[in-house]
Amino acid sequence: MKNAGEIEISYFPGCSLATTAKENNESLIEVCRHMGYRLTELADWNCCGSSSAHGIKPGLGFNLSCRNLSLAPEGIPLLVACPSCILHLKQAHSLLKRNESARNEYERLWGRQADSELKILHFFELMDGSGCIPDTTLNGLKCAPYYGCMLARPPELRHEKNYHGLMEKILSCYGASPVRWSYSSRCCGTFLSAAKPEVAGPMVNKIVQNAVDSGAECIVTACAMCHLNIEIRCTLKKVVPIFHFSELLSIAFKTGTGKNWFARHLIDPAPLLKSREL
Amino acid sequence: MRTESSDKKRNNAEPEGGFCEEIVRRSGDNFRRCLHCQCCGSGCPVVDAMKYRPNGVIRLVQLGFRREALESSDIWLCMGCNTCSTECPMAVDIAAVMSALRETAVEEGARIAEPGILNFHKEVLNSIKRYGRTHKLEIMMRHKLRQLELFSDIDIGLKMLSKRKLDLRPSKIRNISAVQKLFPGLTGGKE
Repeated sequence: MKNAGEIEISYFPGCSLATTAKENNESLIEVCRHMGYRLTELADWNCCGSSSAHGIKPGLGFNLSCRNLSLAPEGIPLLVACPSCILHLKQAHSLLKRNESARNEYERLWGRQADSELKILHFFELMDGSGCIPDTTLNGLKCAPYYGCMLARPPELRHEKNYHGLMEKILSCYGASPVRWSYSSRCCGTFLSAAKPEVAGPMVNKIVQNAVDSGAECIVTACAMCHLNIEIRCTLKKVVPIFHFSELLSIAFKTGTGKNWFARHLIDPAPLLKSREL
Repeated sequence: MRTESSDKKRNNAEPEGGFCEEIVRRSGDNFRRCLHCQCCGSGCPVVDAMKYRPNGVIRLVQLGFRREALESSDIWLCMGCNTCSTECPMAVDIAAVMSALRETAVEEGARIAEPGILNFHKEVLNSIKRYGRTHKLEIMMRHKLRQLELFSDIDIGLKMLSKRKLDLRPSKIRNISAVQKLFPGLTGGKE
């Protein structure tokens, strides 16, 4: 990736990256640093509301997302790592732009005006903007790029840019061989993995089975929750390791501190990495 | 945002006028334009576990079948993944309709078809109220305790602990009162 040259960005990691997926957080920060982005974590950020608040008390979900927007420094973009968090933050931001009573509520609660100019970026948008310098670092690693539900959006956001194919493009640029498969945009089961495993389990198995049948040696996820759900709910005999996209990028960029990250995986990727000399 | 409700309405098995308008208002989406082409269901990852399928739920609401809609398990199985909306030629915000139905069902004290799923959501909200962020270990322990399933998934829990994927201590925010003031309905973190 070309270096963007010291650009300051504020950063919302979200609960998953702050806890269960620290390896995702660390590799993402490293990749950003390599590309010339300096990330400053949003001071005292809170949970975006997650599926639970947005699913049973949408008004509460909106307010939780708004507090985060109110903490964002003006004039610099806000980078969000988690596909689900960014959707909630963008939906809240979109409502603030359209709806006066939502703006009034925001001002009453947070004592400042909503910043309609705030740019909310997903990690993919940084990647998409950077030119790729082709090389062969990833040694032909056969991977199944998995987007989960991140490419699906509510109708109000459907005109925003779509990132379908971005992982395929970037991974091939660094010498990996992405496979074509059918389940790249199939939801991982999100909270049903915890609340109704008998429904989420078969969903995950179908995803992994299709990746294996398509010849993939590993699955690459864009979302930390997808990563966790696949790792804990897959009951197939033949499984493949699951990487966070940022981990593979970090290997591609040789930023180098990956060793500890893989110890946090439930499906050990070490034998595969060794066989590919990575 | 609150809408009128009464026992009479709740127990009424006959189609009821006004229910559709109520959900249109609450969801902010005019789903009267649904064509019932069923594209939503062909994209939905949990459609096999549903009784009515997404457009079927919308049809119940359009026709005023309040109890059938609010007491269906379909509204709880929906994960809000938005795949349906992406498939929908009429750009119906189906996930928002499902959220509005869940919120109405909880407010009215309707019979919840999937109490385990609602309990899970409540534990997540309690965690956010206590810490400002979600504390996964505690959410899972409390959820399993409530469901009287403390030993299910214990193998997964132990594996996650051994890989340091479950933190024993919560990640907390400093200004917790700013978050707690958003929770007028929930008390003390004991819910």
